[in-house]
Amino acid sequence: MPLDASPTLLPDRFADWFASRGWAAREHQLAMVEKGRQGRSALLIAPTGGGKTLAGFLPSLIELAERPRPNTPRGVHTLYLSPLKALAVDVERNLMVPIAQMGLKVSVESRTGDTGVARRQRQRTNPPDILLTTPEQLALFCAWEGARRYFEDLSCVIIDEVHSLWPSKRGDLLALGLARLQQFAPNLRRVGLSATVDDPDLIREWLSPNHVIPETAQPLSGTQESRAVTLGPGSPLRSGRDDVDLVLGQGGTRPEVDVLLSEGRVPWAGHTAQHAMEDVYEVIKKNKTTLIFVNTRFQAEFAFQELWRLNDDSLPIALHHGSLAAEQRRRVEAAMTRGELRAVVCTSTLDLGIDWGDVDLVIQLAAPKGASRMVQRIGRANHRLDEPSRAILVPANRFEMLECQAAREAIYENALDGDPPRVGALDVLAQHVMGCACSEPFDLVALYDEVRSAGPYRDLSWEDFETVVDFVSTGGYALKTYDRFRRIVKGQDGLWKVRNQQTAMRHRMNVGAIVSPEMLNVRLLKGARAGRKIGQVEEGYLEQLNAGDTFIFAGQVWRFMGVTGMDALVSPAPNSDPKMPSWGGSKFALSTFLAKRVRRMMYDEDAWPALPADVREWLEVQRDKSLLPSEDEMLLETFARGKRHFMICYPFEGRLAHTTLAMLLTRRLERTGVGPLGFVCNDYALAIWALHPMERLDFDELFNEDMLGDDLEAWLNESFMMKRAFKGCALISGLIERRHPGAEKSGRQVTFSTDLIYDVLRRHQPDHLLLRCARDDAATGMIDVARVGDMLSRIRGRIRHSNVDHVTPFSVPILLEIGKERVAGEVGEMILSEVADELIAEALG
Amino acid sequence: MTAIPKVMHDFAISACGGLAMNVNGDEVLMRCSGAAWLAGSRTLIVADLHFEKGSAYARRGQMLPPYDTRETLNRLEAEVAATQPAVLVFLGDSFHDGQGEDRLHGDDGARIAALAAGRTLAWVVGNHDADGPKALPGETVDELVFGQLTLRHEPQEGSRPGELAGHLHPAAKVKGRGRTVRRRCFVTDGSRMVLPAFGSYAGGLNIKDKAFAGLFGVRPLAGALGTGRVHPIGWGSLAPD
Repeated sequence: MPLDASPTLLPDRFADWFASRGWAAREHQLAMVEKGRQGRSALLIAPTGGGKTLAGFLPSLIELAERPRPNTPRGVHTLYLSPLKALAVDVERNLMVPIAQMGLKVSVESRTGDTGVARRQRQRTNPPDILLTTPEQLALFCAWEGARRYFEDLSCVIIDEVHSLWPSKRGDLLALGLARLQQFAPNLRRVGLSATVDDPDLIREWLSPNHVIPETAQPLSGTQESRAVTLGPGSPLRSGRDDVDLVLGQGGTRPEVDVLLSEGRVPWAGHTAQHAMEDVYEVIKKNKTTLIFVNTRFQAEFAFQELWRLNDDSLPIALHHGSLAAEQRRRVEAAMTRGELRAVVCTSTLDLGIDWGDVDLVIQLAAPKGASRMVQRIGRANHRLDEPSRAILVPANRFEMLECQAAREAIYENALDGDPPRVGALDVLAQHVMGCACSEPFDLVALYDEVRSAGPYRDLSWEDFETVVDFVSTGGYALKTYDRFRRIVKGQDGLWKVRNQQTAMRHRMNVGAIVSPEMLNVRLLKGARAGRKIGQVEEGYLEQLNAGDTFIFAGQVWRFMGVTGMDALVSPAPNSDPKMPSWGGSKFALSTFLAKRVRRMMYDEDAWPALPADVREWLEVQRDKSLLPSEDEMLLETFARGKRHFMICYPFEGRLAHTTLAMLLTRRLERTGVGPLGFVCNDYALAIWALHPMERLDFDELFNEDMLGDDLEAWLNESFMMKRAFKGCALISGLIERRHPGAEKSGRQVTFSTDLIYDVLRRHQPDHLLLRCARDDAATGMIDVARVGDMLSRIRGRIRHSNVDHVTPFSVPILLEIGKERVAGEVGEMILSEVADELIAEALG
Repeated sequence: MTAIPKVMHDFAISACGGLAMNVNGDEVLMRCSGAAWLAGSRTLIVADLHFEKGSAYARRGQMLPPYDTRETLNRLEAEVAATQPAVLVFLGDSFHDGQGEDRLHGDDGARIAALAAGRTLAWVVGNHDADGPKALPGETVDELVFGQLTLRHEPQEGSRPGELAGHLHPAAKVKGRGRTVRRRCFVTDGSRMVLPAFGSYAGGLNIKDKAFAGLFGVRPLAGALGTGRVHPIGWGSLAPD
């Protein structure tokens, strides 16, 4: 974007301030100032450290500096939204620097779930000029009475880390909130700040205000002049992209990415990269500050332990992940900024956020699962923009070696994987509609158009909208017994509003809930009571422990003493050997994009010299003893081992998709009579074992896409995944409240199990809105049906069958997973039977 | 529970998958549905039906699906058809609250009434519905005695041999294979028994909760409701919440 870099764009006060700091305003910062002057919405894509946040705020600071002193108190001028509470607080601190140094009369305040009551009330009556907050708070604002008044002066809304926010339910709710703000302040301009992404246009579409173009204008009664004219349902929308200008920050030079080659030692299976930890330690010694990324909290704890075991030089190495207590995280972050740490082992909580100053090197332990994610992590390192950022990938096993090489090449070619466009979730819309009703009465058609101006809801049908409103009002049941209990009612004036204050208050207590797994606080046991909080852990993690078991958390060993309410109580057990329940696997599955590259690399022998000798040899032996599939084919091996017959296939579609596929295949195999006994999956392959041989099966028939019809439906309906998805939708949509006035109910004691409701609803109204939502969630999030479908159609007619009489090199990694893998799916009856059998045996024995 | 004697319980698995055990000398069959069956008197006992719990919550703004009464009746009718009882006992908390009966919808009321036809229908009253039904057939009682067994809604303090009660909604939590399973259950020590809640939305309270403390003189057995089977689970295999 060629720009006249003359500082006439910047007022003197600002130009002087830059000069006093020894800085020159960057091109993208000036571009953003220009956009501000033009009143244009913009998406800024820049790596961290390029003054991105300042670029977002500069236009607002300039406007506020130049604004004449108001006679009456003004509303919020600029709203800043970030996905992390910590970020909002951090930005507040950083923003005060230019404001104080320039002597600007601008008030800045942050507001998160942690902000105290007194401060919140003050913010309501004396709005700050700049308010820094989170999307959850925005959802609450939308439900305020008087929200329209509060935001009518809003000039700009800044969404930070927008690349991480938009593709999720959280992003859906945010988009709806932005549409609401746009109604309150039609001239509002939007600013998105993003890391490097594959397709910026997707974010531009999401961010766009999507002004409706009138074809035949019909102003509604009572419309204020400044409101955009709206039409009835079905009016066309202009393509959103054009409303949002793209500004590209000066990128860092291309990152230098290497793959750690551990000659002769790359393990066949595993996720922890334990074999490479000595090498990693040596690398840490040679650099000033290193960030070590892992994919799961479990890996983080493990890597941290290993490094300290090797830490003969007593280097300051820290641990940082989302489950640690906020206080401890702050301490680590502060030490980082002061340059006191040589290395930090961290998870994706550090994918976002705070600019940490001088990081020399980023190490990724175990494959990154996606090139985009890797680039964003690399972006954390090195803020001397003229020098390339450096990163080292450390594969945890042989397949990962291929994956890391593929990722390395993808990054080099700047070919990143992207997110698919999103359709807005309807349970989120329900929550939003309720919030609107709590704020002020609404007209159905007007709200429909407003909702459709939000990116993810552009294609929302009128029918679906009515279904959602009906749901909000009475629960949306075919049996109309709840009409007298309506939560929102249509008045004489034709406008919908909330039934009463009590209902509105209950909504505000539960708003913004985008459900995460039930988390328990981990607290130190002090005498008989719960003491200091050490962090948080998922409920499911503790389910594997019995009282008295030891486990690792926050870098130390603890003894699990029990759970009371929301607290898991522990006492220190420093000299014990921890029991290490495996938990979490990899949160991320191998991206489709990387998978394709890996398949290509396996087949293309010219690419092999880049690999270490033992991996090369592994590929060669596989080629000689079995087969190497081409990029388009899927390899399927059958062999017998011991008393079991194995079928192993290698779709490379990621663990989630493989688990779904394995469940469905098992059902089919049962019908053929081969007697399937179990299965195991990883990102590359799945293995099923059975009583009888499988090599004569018709594989084309077995892998037929019709598996995704009745078999999928039947399995899905019964599955615990649907129940889990339903619970999430029930909470988000407002069907179930997490919090009641006067009773702070812990998530665990939700008044009754949503499973009970799910079962009843499934039997009596199978087409209910929430069942639809749950199915969509389960199909995408948990079992990746779309991916399975694409794969089945890709391999149709292209299955290469290799029947051998021994274990093959490729099969070793997946076979090693047997026994480590937790059994998924419907094991409830099995568990009960086994425990009961023990008792019976005892009784008879 | 602090150390109470461990004992081998004598039970048998019936053809229907249920669990039969003597309580105070009389045999009680714990059926897979959560109903209890006394073969001698052909008595079917269901506890804590909580009819119209869905609508009770809807009145307060949580719009639970209004199908719970219907669903409970479906299961109840199936049990009645399978066992052909001479006596049908509702062991208390049959309606979720005092106005539940007024909120009955469609033919639900008629279906409940029909259950009284050709047999004795007894409503044992509990804390939620202390006066019994207003317009529905059947006899309202505080307690019922069958042989060595006394049926009442809420378990009483102290040693109560022969007591069959509800009210507590017992549930068993079992761990295995790295996961937990939670099911409604019967719980008995051979002297007294607490029945699971039969109502569709009734839910369960872990029997290791202190609400159950002091009821049993020896470590009780849990009969966990499975699919087609009632699983006998020893006290040592149970996990608290």
